[in-house]
Amino acid sequence: MILSIIILIIEVAVVLGVLLLHVAYAVYFERKILGHIQARLGPTEVGPLGLFQPFADLIKLFFKEDNIPFGADKVLFTAAPVIVVTCVMTSFSVLPFAAGWVLANINVGLLFVLAMSSLGVYGIIIAGWSSNSKYAFLGALRSSAQIISYEIPMGIALLAVLIMTGSLNLSDIVYAQDKLPWGMFIFPQIIGFFVFLVCALAETNRTPFDLPEAETELVAGYLTEYSGFRWGLFFLAEYSAMYVMSSMLTICFLGGWTLPPFLTNLLPILNLVPGIIWFLLKVYVIMFFYIWVRGTVPRYRFDQLLKIGWKLLLPLSLTNLFIIMIIKKVFMP
Amino acid sequence: MVPLNAYLILAAIIFAIGLIGFMTRRSIIMMLLCIELMLNAVNITLISLSHYMQDFMGQVIALLIIANAGAGMATGLALLINAYRLKKTVKIDLFRNLRG
Amino acid sequence: MSIPILFFAYFAIASIVLSLIVVTRKNYIHAVLWTLLLFVHISGIYLFLNAEFFAMIQMIVYAGAILVMLIFVIMLLNVKHEDHLSDLSSLSIPKVFFVFCALGILVLALQASYLNTTGKFSIDFVNTFSDAKLLGQVFYSEANLPLIIMGVVLFVPMIAAIVLAGKRSDE
Repeated sequence: MILSIIILIIEVAVVLGVLLLHVAYAVYFERKILGHIQARLGPTEVGPLGLFQPFADLIKLFFKEDNIPFGADKVLFTAAPVIVVTCVMTSFSVLPFAAGWVLANINVGLLFVLAMSSLGVYGIIIAGWSSNSKYAFLGALRSSAQIISYEIPMGIALLAVLIMTGSLNLSDIVYAQDKLPWGMFIFPQIIGFFVFLVCALAETNRTPFDLPEAETELVAGYLTEYSGFRWGLFFLAEYSAMYVMSSMLTICFLGGWTLPPFLTNLLPILNLVPGIIWFLLKVYVIMFFYIWVRGTVPRYRFDQLLKIGWKLLLPLSLTNLFIIMIIKKVFMP
Repeated sequence: MVPLNAYLILAAIIFAIGLIGFMTRRSIIMMLLCIELMLNAVNITLISLSHYMQDFMGQVIALLIIANAGAGMATGLALLINAYRLKKTVKIDLFRNLRG
Repeated sequence: MSIPILFFAYFAIASIVLSLIVVTRKNYIHAVLWTLLLFVHISGIYLFLNAEFFAMIQMIVYAGAILVMLIFVIMLLNVKHEDHLSDLSSLSIPKVFFVFCALGILVLALQASYLNTTGKFSIDFVNTFSDAKLLGQVFYSEANLPLIIMGVVLFVPMIAAIVLAGKRSDE
């Protein structure tokens, strides 16, 4: 009993530590890739190729002045970043990284991730409201409207995955894909994949949907009044949320840690590579896509954003659901 | 094993608190919140009975109640927006025009 | 005291204290946030009852949709706080007496309605299949009327909300 609890705590600590390292280097990758997209070099000064840049940033954030604005709701102002980080970090407890590598193998893992991402909105709303600042308030209003709107197509896109698997357990979803000859759910539901990809961009407030923190109109949106380490926590949450969304895409559409069977039949040596490598590879391909989009696409206007959510993605996701229902009924009884 | 009575009494206490709040607070927002509180208490009752009687009908009705809560909240908030446009207040005592 | 009872006691006491806090808040935003915490605790109680699907639905629908909608409207209208808590002083003894009578009757009636039956959905049965799968089967076989009613119940207020709160064409 006690021993199992200690083992669990060690597992959680290991996952958190590895995750934080990944998040730190996600920032580095983003700056490097964006730099090369814009014909610059990105960070080069700290360490070889600028590899120690994340630690320098971290130390800088630690020693910045921690500022609470006048008239702010102090309790909520300090609670908001903690809520955001907690909600994102909790999602990682149900994600399977490889066969059996999951902290909590619960039956409703998919719904748990959705629930946590919908609880994360509160951190943003509280941050905007408690700052006692017009810019932060407007950013929070925009953000809540945006995240509620995009949660609906995301949920419906995942519903199609559920119909294919018949289980809410994330590991079961991966095993169900392994049984298909092409090994991924992306093939019959390419529309669902697209919808989820766009919704993931919107849920994590990334360009082209970074309306809540649009620098040119709202200073920094809900982050305006935050400084120092609290700002760093929001930053951490944003990049961790990118990892959660990339992992969900990998697990639900790209086959998780497994490879398509025709590939492993062709080259049996690929079976020797541990699953976590394939998982991370797929996740990093999607992370690269995120950063690529940021370097390429301009920001949408707010009415365009809502129009895309309600008039394009929602009908698309419903179409996908309908197609998948027919495929499931006709071809996979 | 926690007895069924514990759940029932817990639900009843939450329901009573919600009812007292609904009767005493005089702003529409707080009244909507108290309605949600009462609906949650009812859900606890239904799900505990469903668990102890080993019948899923309780969960079905609880899901129906959640749908009802969402529907009621949406309509209530739409009315609240209209009421606030008219009188610039959310105090329910100030809406006496309907009294005939 | 076994561990499940201790956990249940925590969740129960916390829910009662939180609901007391909710009804006595002056600030609307604070009230909504305390309600959020209360709903998270209630979904913890559902986990005790083997209703894991329902616990998640509670979080997604109540916390993720209904309360966000409420907080959104409060922020959109920028409602001023109630300046005093005179409301609760109108709490008279007959009201409290009435409420506690209702409470007592409720508990008695529910106890009477409890039949010590062993139905089909025993704990082991629910654990071998999953909660969500069984609920879906019930919904599409014996409980299809509630499903249809739920569709109507969600459809009509959607129209009502759009008609009531939407932009007027004549304005």
